[in-house]
Amino acid sequence: MVFDKSKNSKDERDDQINPARRKFFGAVAAGAAGGVVAAAMPSVARANDQTAANAVPLDTVPGSPATIGPPSAVLRLDEIGPVPADEQIYVGKTGSDFMVDVIDTLDLDYCAVLPGSTFRALQESLINYGNNKKPELITCTNEDIAASLAHGYAKVANKPMMALVHGVVGLQHASMGIYNAWCDRAPMIVVVGNTLDEAGRAPAGAEWDHSAQDNAAIVRDYTKWDDQPTSLEAFAMSMVRAKTISTTIPCAPTVIVADNEMGEHELPGPEPYIPSLTVDSTPVGDPASLAAAAKMLVSAERLVILADRLVRTQDGMDTLVALAETLGAPVIDLASRLNMPTRHPLNLSWAGEDLLTKADVVLVLEPVNLFGALHKYRDWPDRTYLQVVKPGTKLISIGTQNLLTHANFQDSGRYQPVDLAITGDGETSLPLLLEAVKQAGPKDASARAAMLKAASDKMHEKLRQNATYGWDASPISVPRICAELGYLIKDEDWALITPQDFQSFWPSKLWNFTKAYQYKGNQGGFGVGYEPGASIGAAMAHRDAGKRLSVGIIGDGSLMMNPGALWTAAHHKIPLLWVVHNNRAWHQERMHVQRMADRHSRGITRTTIGTTMTDPNIDFAKLADSMGVWSAGPITDPSALKPALQQALDMVRQGQPALVDVVAQGR
Amino acid sequence: MLKIIFVTVFIAAPFTAMAQTSPENNAQPSGDAGHGKILFISDGCSECHGTVGQGGVGPHLAPKPLPAEAIASYIRHPAGVMPPYAASVVSDADVADIASYLRSVPAQPKLGSLPELND
Repeated sequence: MVFDKSKNSKDERDDQINPARRKFFGAVAAGAAGGVVAAAMPSVARANDQTAANAVPLDTVPGSPATIGPPSAVLRLDEIGPVPADEQIYVGKTGSDFMVDVIDTLDLDYCAVLPGSTFRALQESLINYGNNKKPELITCTNEDIAASLAHGYAKVANKPMMALVHGVVGLQHASMGIYNAWCDRAPMIVVVGNTLDEAGRAPAGAEWDHSAQDNAAIVRDYTKWDDQPTSLEAFAMSMVRAKTISTTIPCAPTVIVADNEMGEHELPGPEPYIPSLTVDSTPVGDPASLAAAAKMLVSAERLVILADRLVRTQDGMDTLVALAETLGAPVIDLASRLNMPTRHPLNLSWAGEDLLTKADVVLVLEPVNLFGALHKYRDWPDRTYLQVVKPGTKLISIGTQNLLTHANFQDSGRYQPVDLAITGDGETSLPLLLEAVKQAGPKDASARAAMLKAASDKMHEKLRQNATYGWDASPISVPRICAELGYLIKDEDWALITPQDFQSFWPSKLWNFTKAYQYKGNQGGFGVGYEPGASIGAAMAHRDAGKRLSVGIIGDGSLMMNPGALWTAAHHKIPLLWVVHNNRAWHQERMHVQRMADRHSRGITRTTIGTTMTDPNIDFAKLADSMGVWSAGPITDPSALKPALQQALDMVRQGQPALVDVVAQGR
Repeated sequence: MLKIIFVTVFIAAPFTAMAQTSPENNAQPSGDAGHGKILFISDGCSECHGTVGQGGVGPHLAPKPLPAEAIASYIRHPAGVMPPYAASVVSDADVADIASYLRSVPAQPKLGSLPELND
């Protein structure tokens, strides 16, 4: 049954219903009313009558088709009383169909889902009434994957998708992925099933355990807004509002608790009103503050620009480049997004400390943890830290961090005083700042730019040199993995779809990133398990944007957190390459335990306990293969790496997911 | 990125500075390189510095390491983020073996010979 969703009225929709199906439903209803279901459903009824006649206990014939199914008409009458005349088989539009109409107005391409009974009506309508299009359901094996997938997708596509999760238990699984998205200021619309009315819940089974008076309370500390509409009209308003709020910068997840009862029944009366979506403008820095900032910038002798969660679009990257070139200022990319082309001569991200120690003005764009960026820290018992910039250095910030805060979780970082703090979206404010700088009369930047280019050349030479150490080692060095992979894709339209933190940012150090979409930062909240789902979401967006080649380097710890994502990628034929950085450990944590063992003077030889994934070693190629993902490995010989990567990339170019398991160094 | 840089720089600076000015490998006193390799892994040095001392979270130590005495002196009183390692945890004899192992690490290929690093 395919409905033309362009037909908006109930009558238009009803006309599309297959007349034969109408007739069938009508017969069922009539039969039920007379207690003779067999007239309309002979085979089912006969089987049930047989069940009743034989009176065989169900538990003595497990799985028998003859014994499993709805009770016979006789049994039903005996157990639950007379069947009402208006048997609840609907031929008209249902509440959940209307909910799909609402969702249809929100331009949501995908909905990540793991099935749950608390939204069974909505799922059925998305499949049959909505024909599984806009949104298309993406089947996930864990709601954490669903939320992470939506998170990764949103950052590349610059639009949200929907995650549909089960009441209570599904939302609790999803909570980790939602938290990462919150910390990363990424939008998504989370729809949670529920059965609010206790009287309407099934008396036995899981329905009580999977219902809550206030589902959204589970994630309220790290979502932007939530609602629990109790009517279809309210659902329409809430869903539209959920998208508006989620996508208004600063973005973050929103939650709608959708009561299943609203969807299960035929739509009563006229269709409720669906408000049109309002697109809010983006907050920008006020002109007076931007002018003041411009004056400080053009007067600076040793200006440094720090860019963190700044760039969403290519325009943003281009404007940052223009600003840096106009001012002759080096840019240190703190990499919550890809802000600056990695080989631009003013990108001095790997020479940052020296620049900051000499800076007289620092412009910080969309800081995430500014105090952390401006201080060195030593993990000793005294937990000492040292300010990198010299006293008197003027700090200017432009960002939206203070526009969206909650009290409980401490993702705001340590408080950092700033001389001129401008509230506004960094990317949207940049053109205004650039114009203000031009009006303020920037100095000739050519000499400083030439000096910085020389520093950049030296920096890149040193990075490449450092990558040669351990080149032939086994386990294989991380720089070699990155260099080999980057070399194979360099002439294509590629994107890195995984964070780089645990690979010491070797891709950024070695690869020529030039497009804003080629890298979208890390987990946000450093929650392990983000990569499997997020990389799929990112790869979907890259595929839709024009068949970009999606590659990722994924830690073994993260992949083991959500290995079911392999199946999702295979099932939906998502073209992406996962290179498993298989150091057979939660390596960061092992170093933490090692540090403590050393501090406590107990020796460090037992720090593998609880921190490593050995005995047995995990065979990720087999794991991937078992779920339908092309795979190679484990690769231990560095000379075998390139051929395996080439084969895997060929599979990805053909539209399939692929995985190469590389036994690698810790970092 | 900067966060990572700072941690790395803090731990790296003293080590790399000395490594670059250290004498040639054959000028070092001998030690048990085989035992040193085992210690380098089991004592966890490789977690930050890589199994062949190529660097990672910490700086590269091989193929031209500091003299054993300098390594011992540094790890007892590190200046950066590296935690101190007392003699009761890593003895001077163990340090000598580790230094011997690091000296035994073959030189890395020349940068110019690797097209993957010269695109």
